[in-house]
Amino acid sequence: MSGADIESGESPGRRALRRFAQHKLAMFGLVIVVIFVLAAALAPWIAPFDPMETNWSRLRQPPSWTHPFGTDENGRDVLSRVLHGARASMMAGVIAVGGAVLIGVPIGLLAGLGGKWMDMVISRVADAMLSIPFLILAIALAAFLGPALENAMLAIAISASPIFVRLARGMALDARNTDWVEAARAMGNPPWRIGLLHVLPNILPPLLVQATLAIAEAIIAEASLSFLGLGQQPPNPSWGSMLNSAQRFIESAPWLAIFPGLAIFLVVLAFNLVGDGLRDALDPRSQKR
Amino acid sequence: MWLWLLRRLGQVIPTLLILSVLVFALQQLMPGDPALILAGEERGDPQVLAQIRAELMLDRPLHEQYLHWLWRVLHGDFGFSWRIRMPVGQLILEKLPVTFQLAAMSFVIGVAIGVPAGVMSAVWRDKPSDWAINGIALFGISMPNFWLGIMMILLFSVQLGWLPPSGYVPLWEDPVMSLQTTIMPAFVLGTGVASVLMRHTRAAMLGALSQDYVRTARAKGLSETFVVGKHALRNALIPVVTLGTIEFGRLLAGAVLTEQIFSIPGFGKLVVDAVFNRDYPVVQGVVMATALIFVTLSLIADMLYMAINPRLRTA
Amino acid sequence: MIRRTLLAACAAIGLSAGIAEAQTQNLRIGLREDPDILDPTLARTFVGRIVFASLCDKLFDINEKLEIVPQLATGYSWEDPRTLLITLREGVRFHDGDVMDAEAVRYSLNRHLTMQGSFRRSEINTIEAMEVVGPLQIRIRLTGPSAPFLSQLTDRAGMIVSPRAAEAAGRNFGNRPICAGPFRFVERVAQDRIVVERFPEYWNAAAVHLNRITYLPIPDSTVRLANLQSGALEMVQTIDPDDVPAVRRNSRLRVSVSDELGYQGITINTGNGARAQTPMGQNPRVREAFELAIDRDAVNRVVYEGMFVPTAQPVPPANPMHIRDFRPEPRNVERARALLREAGITTPLRVEMTVPNNPDLRQVGEVIQAMVREAGFELRLNATEFATSLQAAARGEFETFLVAWSGRVDIDGNFWAFTHSRGAQNDGRYANPEVDRLLDAARIESNADARRALYAQAYQIAFRQDRHRIYLWHRKNIVAHTARLSGFVNVADGLIRPQGIRLQ
Repeated sequence: MSGADIESGESPGRRALRRFAQHKLAMFGLVIVVIFVLAAALAPWIAPFDPMETNWSRLRQPPSWTHPFGTDENGRDVLSRVLHGARASMMAGVIAVGGAVLIGVPIGLLAGLGGKWMDMVISRVADAMLSIPFLILAIALAAFLGPALENAMLAIAISASPIFVRLARGMALDARNTDWVEAARAMGNPPWRIGLLHVLPNILPPLLVQATLAIAEAIIAEASLSFLGLGQQPPNPSWGSMLNSAQRFIESAPWLAIFPGLAIFLVVLAFNLVGDGLRDALDPRSQKR
Repeated sequence: MWLWLLRRLGQVIPTLLILSVLVFALQQLMPGDPALILAGEERGDPQVLAQIRAELMLDRPLHEQYLHWLWRVLHGDFGFSWRIRMPVGQLILEKLPVTFQLAAMSFVIGVAIGVPAGVMSAVWRDKPSDWAINGIALFGISMPNFWLGIMMILLFSVQLGWLPPSGYVPLWEDPVMSLQTTIMPAFVLGTGVASVLMRHTRAAMLGALSQDYVRTARAKGLSETFVVGKHALRNALIPVVTLGTIEFGRLLAGAVLTEQIFSIPGFGKLVVDAVFNRDYPVVQGVVMATALIFVTLSLIADMLYMAINPRLRTA
Repeated sequence: MIRRTLLAACAAIGLSAGIAEAQTQNLRIGLREDPDILDPTLARTFVGRIVFASLCDKLFDINEKLEIVPQLATGYSWEDPRTLLITLREGVRFHDGDVMDAEAVRYSLNRHLTMQGSFRRSEINTIEAMEVVGPLQIRIRLTGPSAPFLSQLTDRAGMIVSPRAAEAAGRNFGNRPICAGPFRFVERVAQDRIVVERFPEYWNAAAVHLNRITYLPIPDSTVRLANLQSGALEMVQTIDPDDVPAVRRNSRLRVSVSDELGYQGITINTGNGARAQTPMGQNPRVREAFELAIDRDAVNRVVYEGMFVPTAQPVPPANPMHIRDFRPEPRNVERARALLREAGITTPLRVEMTVPNNPDLRQVGEVIQAMVREAGFELRLNATEFATSLQAAARGEFETFLVAWSGRVDIDGNFWAFTHSRGAQNDGRYANPEVDRLLDAARIESNADARRALYAQAYQIAFRQDRHRIYLWHRKNIVAHTARLSGFVNVADGLIRPQGIRLQ
């Protein structure tokens, strides 16, 4: 912590918040995220149509006043499906990353604070998992678990966890050499207690940044798995599965592909902006000129 | 230095071993009996299934299959593809130049966009141009690759007719055609790299610009361009170089869907098709090969880092 | 500035060479997937058969009318119901220069029968003995009369390989196949291309106008079509029905459509493991209700632009064993509801359907889901990738299964294996001794009318009374090609025979 901040008497959290609020791009991202979260939460009330309701007399109609995003190959309203799809896609992003954090962080802390052997084994396994291409690992896991949105989330969570293992381990190793952890250790505190009370609070900021960026990646991963047919099952919408069925009509009915694609782009961009903003705000090294 | 290298190698070997076990275990978990796929229309005949299992050693216990595989790999033999009966080693060698070319082109595109964007956005921090550059650079990781790929094919191949939509021509057969077939996928992948490089260049530049020597240089009245170019950039590039090496490794392994969309016969396409066809020797071979490359590149990245930054050697 | 020059250069390159002008008589064909091994004995995939059409000639072929016509053989005669005498064409050479004779035929058939891992064995395992009568005559004795036997020799089982090359290459023969087709193998880069070139000593060289064919696997149908539109391909193996209007509007492209030999249908698990223990699996009336709730015409219109042919039986109208009067029943939701009531079912009845992981079949699933809901079924779709679904099918891990079969020339290949209790692809383990008896009798019946009558009886029991499978429609082989290409004959088996094709 730099001297200037201590003098100003501002707590690190408050300072980060202030910095984040001043970060215009990040705020812009946050606004988009909030809009999409609201859209997802309120989908049943704001969607003009039932996203599952088929109507074979209005197949693949281009955007109009009744159907601003057009209708799909089963005559369903694309706008309503994009809104409901937001639930699946955003949930997939948030839950998958939540899972990755819950799997990765405890294991990482264990590696950092446990014995040398424990560290060796965990680190090597994490390295091995990181060297399998992310999507291949996710495809294999999704195939194993069976095609379903929940399973795709789990597959993404497992595939994304090694990053959090590394992060937590690194922070734990750093913290381990600090005076207060050594003191706590000398007083006979077990590793889990040290991890929980002394290391975890310190790694929260980078964890938050990493998690935000990972959500962006997870949303893309869900879209990719659904695009391959390993995610959301028909007729329920997710943006990825909408793109999957849109491929056949890309020339004759491009709106089927454009709107879910745009939704993915906006949300992922927004999460990236928020993540970058958080990084800038939380990183004590980056200062205002 | 040598001791360090030895220690790193001591990490690499267990990593690869664990990876091979993981890959074997994953295959065992995946549904879809390879013998059933290979038996095709005769899958109802238990005799045929037994025959195939025996031939592929699928009837042996898993550890025996694994040890047999490992033994052969140590002798440089990756087995043969169950589906097309070509040696896996040959397949890997065949695909390596393709993937390498694609990765190299993507990397060049990524650097060409990402590094200048990072520098500019750091110099113009918090000005509208910073936001614009940020927005553009983040474009690459905010678009699903498969999506951007299909859209580009529609625009550049179908609408404008400038580029062939897919396929691959080797560089040594027809360089111009080869570049044409790879430029779109390389761009799709390159934008992703650009985003990552932009972020890190920006962060590194911001760090460097706040350092004392830059302040001193500024105080001396040196021109801003000179300060940025000579002092800040050089130091900022150190982490970028190492990161770039790792990104390059990622490109070699990670072009899975992009290769699929553009029908580029590289590692990504090979391994995805192999996973869906349960062609396990190919999956094992390709994953091990990419991991080996990835690990080697990480090693090189670390060495580069130490070479540029000698202070770390003692640490 | 540099950027602008670069852009201009890119554009110039694109315009001059980007759409490379195809060299004359070099045909590039886009395939749906990468074929498997190119060995007629070991090959399994449909796309592989397309490549074989240029590499390996067969003893017999089929024409557009599904008649069996000579190819490497010039004629045949049944000496008695179980003895076939085949006369071979004179002066046929393999790609390695060796002469194709009766000994080569014996060798090839024997290879199909005995090679480890052969996929042809079940197709011709009625062969009891073979005898080389003369250099150009071979006598084949069967274990019993077999109506479908000859038709098997029109496909991979009838492909004759060079004995010398096959002996030398062993199991690796498929990496460099040596047959007697109009084109010889040049190279294969896995997942990228298979190249063949004209074989000058082909027995029917006058019919071959192309110099070279390159097969390019392009799995994504949008991209495949884009390649055709931009001129990077001259021909694509199949396009989606919804792309047909766009191709028809394009003056530089042509579409060629033929009825396929196979079908699409719904297999119901009636006896394979625990998943058969459902109302759907146990009660024919429930299955009847399910079928009556489906409007095949409407699904066909919604998903396939109405291009396919709705059906209730395993063979298309062109097949001589097609029963004209055995038509799909019109949709009747009232009757379906009544049947469910009679069966004492409390609706909604949950039924699960495994659907292949293709966009069009997923949509079929969605449409059927909406239709049967009105009758009281709650259909859950389970989109499953190929490898997983194969295992699920074999192990009975499904309630209903949306399946497709590419089809065979003789009805036996579309029916016996799927409905006979010992059929290898009878995944629902349907078993009815009476149906078995009829199918076995039809197999050895050589009189076409009598055979058709047997099948008509079998249809009635298996598909109206027991309803172990619901046939939906026969698809089409939709081949699109450049307008410069002429002479292509679209035969129902969906193969691309290079004979006669020419590029302007």
